[in-house]
Amino acid sequence: MDLNENSEYSYGTSSVFRYIDWWTIILYALLVIAGAVSIYAATYNFDHANMFDFSEFSGKQFVWIGLSFIIGFSLLMIDGRMYEAYAYPIYALMILLLMVTIVIAPDVKGSRSWIVLGPVSIQPAEFAKTATALCLAKLFSTYNFVLNRSYKNYLWAGLIIGLPIVLILLQQETGSALVYTALIFVLYREGMSGFVLFAALCAVTFFVVAIKFSTIGLMGIPIGVFSVYVMIIVIIIGMLLIYCRSLILGRNVALGFIGYGLLGAGLVLLGVNINGHLFFLLGIGAAVIYLLIGMFHDDLKKVMITISFALASVVFLFSVNYVFTDILEPHQQMRIKVALGIDQDLRGAGYNVNQSEIAIGSGGVTGKGFLNGTQTKLKYVPEQHTDFIFCTIGEEQGFIGSAAVLVIFLTLIIRIIIIAERQRTAFARVYAYSVASYMIFHVCINVGMVIGLCPVIGIPLPFFSYGGSALWGFTFLLFILLRIDASRREYGD
Amino acid sequence: MRKDYNLEKRKYVIGGFFFLIVVIYLVRLFVLQVCDTTYKINADTNAFLQKIIYPSRGLIYDRNDSLVVLNQPAYDVMLIPRDVQPFDTIDFCNTLQITRSDFDARMADMKDPHKNPNYSSYTQQVFMAHLSAQDYGRLQEKLYRFPGFFIQKRILRQYNYNCAANILGDVREVNGNDIEKDNYYKPGDYTGDLGIEKSYEKYLRGEKGVEILIRDAYGKIKGKYNNGRNDKAPVAGKDLKLSIDMRLQRYGEQLMQHKIGAIVAIEPATGEILALVTSPTYDPNLLIGKQRGTNYRDLVNNRFRPLFNRAIMGAYPPGSTFKTTQALILRQEGIVSLSTMFPCYHGYINGHLKVGCHGHASPIALKQALQTSCNAYFCWGFFYMMGKRSKYKSTSDAFEVWKKHLVSMGYGYKLGVDLPGESRGFIPNSAFYDKTYGKGSWVGNTIISVAIGQGEILATPLQIANLGATIANRGYYITPHVVKEIKGGKLPANLLQRHQPTIEKRYYYDVIDGMRMSVLGGTCHGADFADVQVCGKTGTAQNPHGRDHSAFMGFAPMNVPKIAICVYVENAGFGATYGVPIGSLMMEKYLKGSISSARKGLESRMMNANTITMTSSGSKRK
Repeated sequence: MDLNENSEYSYGTSSVFRYIDWWTIILYALLVIAGAVSIYAATYNFDHANMFDFSEFSGKQFVWIGLSFIIGFSLLMIDGRMYEAYAYPIYALMILLLMVTIVIAPDVKGSRSWIVLGPVSIQPAEFAKTATALCLAKLFSTYNFVLNRSYKNYLWAGLIIGLPIVLILLQQETGSALVYTALIFVLYREGMSGFVLFAALCAVTFFVVAIKFSTIGLMGIPIGVFSVYVMIIVIIIGMLLIYCRSLILGRNVALGFIGYGLLGAGLVLLGVNINGHLFFLLGIGAAVIYLLIGMFHDDLKKVMITISFALASVVFLFSVNYVFTDILEPHQQMRIKVALGIDQDLRGAGYNVNQSEIAIGSGGVTGKGFLNGTQTKLKYVPEQHTDFIFCTIGEEQGFIGSAAVLVIFLTLIIRIIIIAERQRTAFARVYAYSVASYMIFHVCINVGMVIGLCPVIGIPLPFFSYGGSALWGFTFLLFILLRIDASRREYGD
Repeated sequence: MRKDYNLEKRKYVIGGFFFLIVVIYLVRLFVLQVCDTTYKINADTNAFLQKIIYPSRGLIYDRNDSLVVLNQPAYDVMLIPRDVQPFDTIDFCNTLQITRSDFDARMADMKDPHKNPNYSSYTQQVFMAHLSAQDYGRLQEKLYRFPGFFIQKRILRQYNYNCAANILGDVREVNGNDIEKDNYYKPGDYTGDLGIEKSYEKYLRGEKGVEILIRDAYGKIKGKYNNGRNDKAPVAGKDLKLSIDMRLQRYGEQLMQHKIGAIVAIEPATGEILALVTSPTYDPNLLIGKQRGTNYRDLVNNRFRPLFNRAIMGAYPPGSTFKTTQALILRQEGIVSLSTMFPCYHGYINGHLKVGCHGHASPIALKQALQTSCNAYFCWGFFYMMGKRSKYKSTSDAFEVWKKHLVSMGYGYKLGVDLPGESRGFIPNSAFYDKTYGKGSWVGNTIISVAIGQGEILATPLQIANLGATIANRGYYITPHVVKEIKGGKLPANLLQRHQPTIEKRYYYDVIDGMRMSVLGGTCHGADFADVQVCGKTGTAQNPHGRDHSAFMGFAPMNVPKIAICVYVENAGFGATYGVPIGSLMMEKYLKGSISSARKGLESRMMNANTITMTSSGSKRK
């Protein structure tokens, strides 16, 4: 680093604009403006036509946008080191605010997440994201902090992430709470074993397959469950071969399962009634016992993990049905069923999704044109200016428009990852990855829900969905990142 | 700060994960927006309420321009299930004067995929059709209380004459089949069902108009779409002018009451059908409105099958009326000359075979044979034709020639009348007999009864009347048809087509002489009326199921024929008993406008005669 440059701009704010990441600013501005225009289109009323009428959603959104520019500018004016210095107090204040919210927030459709301040309502959960990211970043920037060095580190990180989740769940805002789970990407980037991500992926896959294919098929068990058993066996063999790098164990287990499978198939063909659960449990159990005996020749820890995986998978499989029917609320079950295509429920949970698919599908390649969308305009799509704003883009701007929006988001997130990787402090990097993780989660879930690929989870599309809190929340996240990124050059390392 | 390059690589996993998701979403968007078009249709039905404006259905006049069929307004209660919000069901039921269980049954029927395969909660469905004016008035006042329901004004038929139901047909609601065949129809539309309502449906129905309204998700109408520029005004259906003379038609139906059978009267020069009577028949007013369903079912279940239009669907043995065709064929093929005489010893006796005949002079020539309806003459003629090896290589060849002549006269195939359900009758071919008797093992005598219009031969009354018209025209006919004119349109060309049978014109004069002699001093005695010279031929068709059928074919006046006619009365005995008098009265009615006082007695005898026996109805014959 050039020391001259450093000394020249040692302290002050004018330097910020020299070092700021203009790419991000441009992408941000693009998204925010496109968002306001979409809100105008979504709430366009035949009687009112003024985009800037403050009694309309679009007019209000312009006010929020104007304020968010001011917020953004103010955030840039604050010394970048302040965020690191005050990360813990900010987090503590935010947790306090979340707690207070549960008590003082009025009940709005079952949710207690809004604090009403005269004419404005704000949702603290949106701002808690920033505080949590700062706090997590601060934890990772502790002197000599290495995530994998001690399980206590995981405990602290888990606590920082878990606290807001619990409080927001208490506010009955499941969607906003789930957003924090995205921070698993940050832990992964900072050294958490990739196996956790893999296990999470397996869990989601097992869950979907076991729930979706519930018709009884082979060996008297549902096709989905049968498939999950087969997947577990394939993964065990794969882990032995690739993860444990044990050719002998992998080969023996594979051969064992092939022989066992052929035996089972033969018995079924001969008309013997085999209980599928018993068959697979015996098979997997035998493999586990074999590995327990055989593992001492190999990398003990990795084989243990493989065995744990096998056992955990089986337990998980058995708990899927229990979780689905006994823990999830009926409306949540229905949302999952709709997303998995098991149930249409066009009058209930499926109505939104069906209508939004109709709206998007009717857009065609080029869309119906600005303000010409009939579906969103005529209120067929509920929540069209908030959670379902993507519909309006799909209907009026067509495939080209909606693809463009997705590509802009992709660009923005790649840009944030680039920014994250060029940071020299763990604080800045962890914070940047937190921002990226939140964004990934919001975009994936929101767009996925609108196009019918994810269950309906009510979270906004960043910068697009109507509402001051969400917009400001993301503005906070992004501009603090820009300020920290700018000070990287300002102060050097 | 220490940098862990191993961990830095993980940015690719995180970035790659999001990249992958974006790609999946782009594919999904592509499928939704570009590949799948059903969403566009859904979107339109979603946001646009296409209010159908039904055109007025074409009116129907008879050949004398008197109005036969007209329209009357009716009101249907419709609903769009998705728009229905909770309402006071009791009040609704009371207003329509139905019970709660009626209400539930109607709702269930509407949603039943078997009864209403096109059910969709987004489109309008018929809740209850044909409201009375009082019910309509009551409901109209309260309609605002039942969101999602509305009243659709419709048009029902009204009939000025309570006759000719078999020609006019009726109008019914479309079913799934109709909608599948023709995408013009939407559930709740009406279509012609029988008669010309069906065959001229495309002219009569006009074109539906549509008013496009924009509505929001709550079903509230937000105004006209595009200021009504995309609306379409309905186009009224085209009026039809029938060739039917309704007075003659009604008279024919009166004559045929208490009888089973048919009358067909044709104007020979034009092929226009003047009357097309089937008996028993029904009042067309039965198939209008609310009661249509039950009445229709009753008609279907009626043992005399009034819906069976015997005039064009009934296939009967033509009996002796068929001898005129034989005379023409025998002359054309040069089998007989006018002086050829055949013996008749109370019948045709050839080896062991005997076909009976009644008493008359013997031997006998062609014209006298027609006059007296001699069976023997035509049997001999047929026998010699089938056996004439100097002309035909085999019986089979001879038979094919014989059959070809008959087909050219309109037998064995549909004539193409503009009414649905016409039967083709039956003329066997040699392959048919090859199959029955074995190839080459049948000769003229094997099948001798076809020579006198018995045996396998079947013809519709329309075909027999058409033969009368052909003879009256001295050698040609125009496709018989019941519609004379489509107002503002053109009759299909095939209805005006002139058909030329394979018989030379000169031979028709011999047959006409024979038919005239039959009236003057033969089986058709008494067919003449006033100063009109009638030509005729009786038929007494043997019928294995009961009494003989009484038939008559004729035309008048002899030299300038204005009407050709076929009368067919099932189980009524000799052709002379019912066929001739009824045919004669019909001709008099048409040509003179009324029946002379001298024949009033005959008229009332015919009208009051009851020939219905329980043994048969024409439909049972194949």
